[in-house]
Amino acid sequence: MKNDEILVVQNLRKTFTLSKKQQKLERTDIKRKVAVDDLSFTANRGEIFGLLGPNGAGKTTTLRLISTLIHPDSGDILVDGTSVVKEPEIVRGKIGFLTSELKLEDFFTPNYLFDFFSELHGVEPAVRDERKARLFARFGIDKFAEVKVANLSTGMKQKISLVISIVHDPEFIIFDEPTNGLDVLTAKVVTDFLLELKAEGKSILVSTHIFSLIEKICDRVGIIVDGHMILCDTLKNLTREQSLEDIFFTIYAERAGEHA
Amino acid sequence: MKKEFARFFGDKRMVMSVILLPGIMIYVMYTFMGSALSDQFHSADDYQYRVAAVNLPASVEQLIQTSGFPFELEHLDTASADTTSANWSFHTARIEEMSLDLLVVFPTEFEQLIMTYDPLTAAIPAPNVDIYYNSASPESGEAYDSFCSMMDSYESMLANKFDINNSDERYDLASDKDTTAQVFAMLLPMLLMTFMFSSCASIAPESIAGEKERGTIATLLVTPMKRRDLAIGKICSLSCIALLGGLSSFIGTMLSIPKLMGGQMDNMDASVYGASEYAMILVIILSTVLVIVSAISVISAFAKTVKEASTMVSPLMIVTMLFGISGMFGGGAATSLPVYLIPLYNSAQCFSGIFSFTCEPFQVVLTVITNLICSGVLVFILTRMFSSEKIMY
Repeated sequence: MKNDEILVVQNLRKTFTLSKKQQKLERTDIKRKVAVDDLSFTANRGEIFGLLGPNGAGKTTTLRLISTLIHPDSGDILVDGTSVVKEPEIVRGKIGFLTSELKLEDFFTPNYLFDFFSELHGVEPAVRDERKARLFARFGIDKFAEVKVANLSTGMKQKISLVISIVHDPEFIIFDEPTNGLDVLTAKVVTDFLLELKAEGKSILVSTHIFSLIEKICDRVGIIVDGHMILCDTLKNLTREQSLEDIFFTIYAERAGEHA
Repeated sequence: MKKEFARFFGDKRMVMSVILLPGIMIYVMYTFMGSALSDQFHSADDYQYRVAAVNLPASVEQLIQTSGFPFELEHLDTASADTTSANWSFHTARIEEMSLDLLVVFPTEFEQLIMTYDPLTAAIPAPNVDIYYNSASPESGEAYDSFCSMMDSYESMLANKFDINNSDERYDLASDKDTTAQVFAMLLPMLLMTFMFSSCASIAPESIAGEKERGTIATLLVTPMKRRDLAIGKICSLSCIALLGGLSSFIGTMLSIPKLMGGQMDNMDASVYGASEYAMILVIILSTVLVIVSAISVISAFAKTVKEASTMVSPLMIVTMLFGISGMFGGGAATSLPVYLIPLYNSAQCFSGIFSFTCEPFQVVLTVITNLICSGVLVFILTRMFSSEKIMY
């Protein structure tokens, strides 16, 4: 692993068992569905890496594998040199993971949740208070710090989730569909924040199917289709002759042709 | 664990419904049931039974006056009436509509007839006294019982050969302690097991299956927290809360059982149990709550939703209740040791033993150890489940 690589994904493979019902739905007799197949890529320090692909391509599975929520069938992932297979607990301390699947308990206030998750990550109280004040002010949460999450708007909930996911100031931040379901204003707050994080020297991995988001913030792009990495290069190299959207559809049409 | 407490105690409604309400409800309900039961079979203290009598012999009337039964007598005129029952219809109708409690019809010359009757030859049928009453009216039923017992003593007075227990001495040698022990040992194991279970079942599925359903447990799983710490934290905090709920029910029961028993047991008192009994009960409750919470937690972790968890928990509840009922039969706690190696069943047996003062300390120790080991195994299983992607997602 080179020193400038924060993430190394090596020959990753992950399959899921299909239930009888799912087999019927997908009209297949195959019991196991391959979600990610022999996937390898690297992401560099201080960069925003975009994982682009249609729904069901294996983006979320890859991110879940990196965040140790699920275990790979084979292959490995190194996060800042630590293997997710061998030392998942250490990896969890190094990453911040934000996805719409991870919800916050409605019953608590943002203030309480921030303190609670800081404690789980072992953040010192003094550091925590400074960080909380800064992040809450940055996202306008300070006014709602003592309001139960249940009573807040969707946008505010998303901002709180974002803040909670980085209570421990991780070096590597993973965002699954960061702007999905957000209004344009909140989406802009989130994308601006991603760029700020990058400016601070953090490494970021985002997954999305929105081309404009990738073109706006990413340094490097990996295109995933059917669990395979089809293309992986810098945004600059890729978009030298045609737009990202055109490249994606060309590739997609080629693959569809192969399968036909 | 801290979060779990904050979640719970922050919600005043939940504190009310899980901890305070059961104890208060049980106390109020049992007290009410007890007083309702005794009211049903007892009439007011100063009530005078209205008795109509036909051909009342002087000797019986004298007995009525000395017996102290509050009979208000109404002599019916024999001269105007025939002694066949058909003609008493006016008075029997009064009994039916409860304006009269008793109609007693003696044969004419009753005293004469009993003098001439010879029970050995029984040449003529024994003289018969007809007593009409209405069992649907508590007053009439009581009047009937009193009159019959008075007539029984009248009968034995006529040919008294010997008496049984005819003095003020105390013949029933059962102490207050024994009677209390008997009733408590029969009822409490089942009640305690049920209370503990329902207390656990009201919070554990919410805390684990609920978090799974809402997606909040995944947020915890991406933090560096160890799965084992999460499992232990969940089980410990849930146990504490369940314990409070269980204790509330227990206190409510202990206070109200004497009231439930009402007038039948005047000398029942929870104070017959000493500190050591209560300490043993507490230890058993604590270890049992741990087992139940762990078991329900494992089941809840399997379930996808709170609703599914509640459904899956019900077979366990039936088993727990059966174990509780087992204390009611079979004459006290089991003496064979292997019995105390079965979780939950051992707790029920221990309760039974403690309340009847037959429990040996090593049975309690064995039960607690078994329960702790069982909880430990379940915590281990829960930890494995938290790490399993199949179960958690």
